[in-house]
Amino acid sequence: MIDILKAIAAKIDEEKDYLTELDNEIADGDHGVNMAKGFDAVVAKLDAMAGKDIGSILKTTGMTLVSTVGGSAGPLYGTAFMKAGAKLAGKNEMDGKDLVDALEAAIGGIQMRGKATTGEKTMLDALCPAFDALKEGIEAGEDLKDALAKAVKAAEDGVEYTKTIKATKGRASYIGDRSIGHQDPGATSAFYMLETLLANI
Amino acid sequence: MKKLINEVVNVEEEMILGLVKSAPDKLRKLDCGTVVVRANKKEGKVALVSGGGSGHEPAHGGYVGEGMLDGAVAGAVFTSPTPDQIYEAIKAVATDKGVLCIVKNYTGDIMNFEMAIDMAKDEGIKADYVVVNDDVAVKDSLYTTGRRGVAGTVLVHKIAGALAEKGASLEEVKAVAEKVIANVRTMGMAITACTMPAAGKPGFELADNEMEIGIGIHGEPGTSREALKPANAIAEELLNKITDDIDFVGKEVAVIVNGMGGTPLMELYIVNNFVHDYLDKKGIKIYDTMVGNYMTSIEMAGFSITLLRLDDELKSLYNAKADTPALKR
Repeated sequence: MIDILKAIAAKIDEEKDYLTELDNEIADGDHGVNMAKGFDAVVAKLDAMAGKDIGSILKTTGMTLVSTVGGSAGPLYGTAFMKAGAKLAGKNEMDGKDLVDALEAAIGGIQMRGKATTGEKTMLDALCPAFDALKEGIEAGEDLKDALAKAVKAAEDGVEYTKTIKATKGRASYIGDRSIGHQDPGATSAFYMLETLLANI
Repeated sequence: MKKLINEVVNVEEEMILGLVKSAPDKLRKLDCGTVVVRANKKEGKVALVSGGGSGHEPAHGGYVGEGMLDGAVAGAVFTSPTPDQIYEAIKAVATDKGVLCIVKNYTGDIMNFEMAIDMAKDEGIKADYVVVNDDVAVKDSLYTTGRRGVAGTVLVHKIAGALAEKGASLEEVKAVAEKVIANVRTMGMAITACTMPAAGKPGFELADNEMEIGIGIHGEPGTSREALKPANAIAEELLNKITDDIDFVGKEVAVIVNGMGGTPLMELYIVNNFVHDYLDKKGIKIYDTMVGNYMTSIEMAGFSITLLRLDDELKSLYNAKADTPALKR
């Protein structure tokens, strides 16, 4: 889990300018910078977490994101990691069913904190289809990697879908119809996380 | 983009340190982060905490002091402060009478303040919040996050701060803050974009002959982009929107002609000249006018107009003593 989180941090850092650019087009242009700052802080804590259970590692990740990212991405991703961590408390291994449960808890946390649903041009538009695909795959008996690959594809499609819809949550909602045609930065960063998870399990 | 800064990562910290050093008898910075509180904590009153991203100076730290705020939390530029910082601010200023947070209506600010208030309540601190949403540029509907909180927030600080200073209860201070929110409306515009230090380039592009109407205070795009026109015509467009929203006719109002950070006072006075003529013609009586940089967007050139409907209660609180770095009365 520590290696996966380090890989996610590296991916976010690599894409931070692109995420910021996407955010600039429809909102306030700080998504990449703030996420990179948050994951830097996470990485700084990870080595001390070696040997801890997955739940504790994710919980620390969430709390660190909440206290360093700010904006809306901080509480949203922070809550997501904390909820996923609570679901995986005490576990040192994660199977397909665990990942389904953790992702469900994470999405539930985002919906609760952000009071959003799919179709509002948010990270949920990547995460919810990914969750559905993952759950379907796991329940059909596919192995984790195959099911997660489908989930990542669904998230990627979700990111594409955000280009076609109008933002109704967050700062991008202020520009109304002018947000159509732009890709949502939050959905994009959520896709990067799933994609990195797939590449590292 | 040229900026008078040192390292980008130190912008917020150095700015807050500089603010506190400008008024060492009045302000103190908490060691835990970019939080400003009154140098001398006053007990026996509801404590007011405001905050938001940096880049809106003198908001919010400049409004800490007698008759206004007890604490202000500065996030990164244009980014809501984090719950742990807001919590530290609440804890530092909390009294037995409780704490009222003044939050501007942005998704991030609300989530972070809610998390902080939950943390404070867990510690037994009486805490509540109000949400300021004075920007008429944004349609308040089920399909948006709702109106943004902009320059009208300063008047919420002023009036709720005055009532809190008199020793009113948390419920009373919250009620008067909500009364201000119900009666204050703002709309802004910009002729240039602003550049966040970390981004290094403007948040949006405006051609030489263009302006953005309905701009927010984070350089977020406004509601429409138009060809530049004379100041009076722009002010008229904004005032029409504001006075269409709630009825100001026959009422007394406080006016703020607010600079966005990069607008010369000369131009703000030109706007104010028209604002007065317009309101006179409409039969709206001006009780008081504030012209200056009260809620800015870094170096954006542009302005906003705020009108607050006043009654006797609000007038007396508006006039009460305030002694802060950015607003004295």
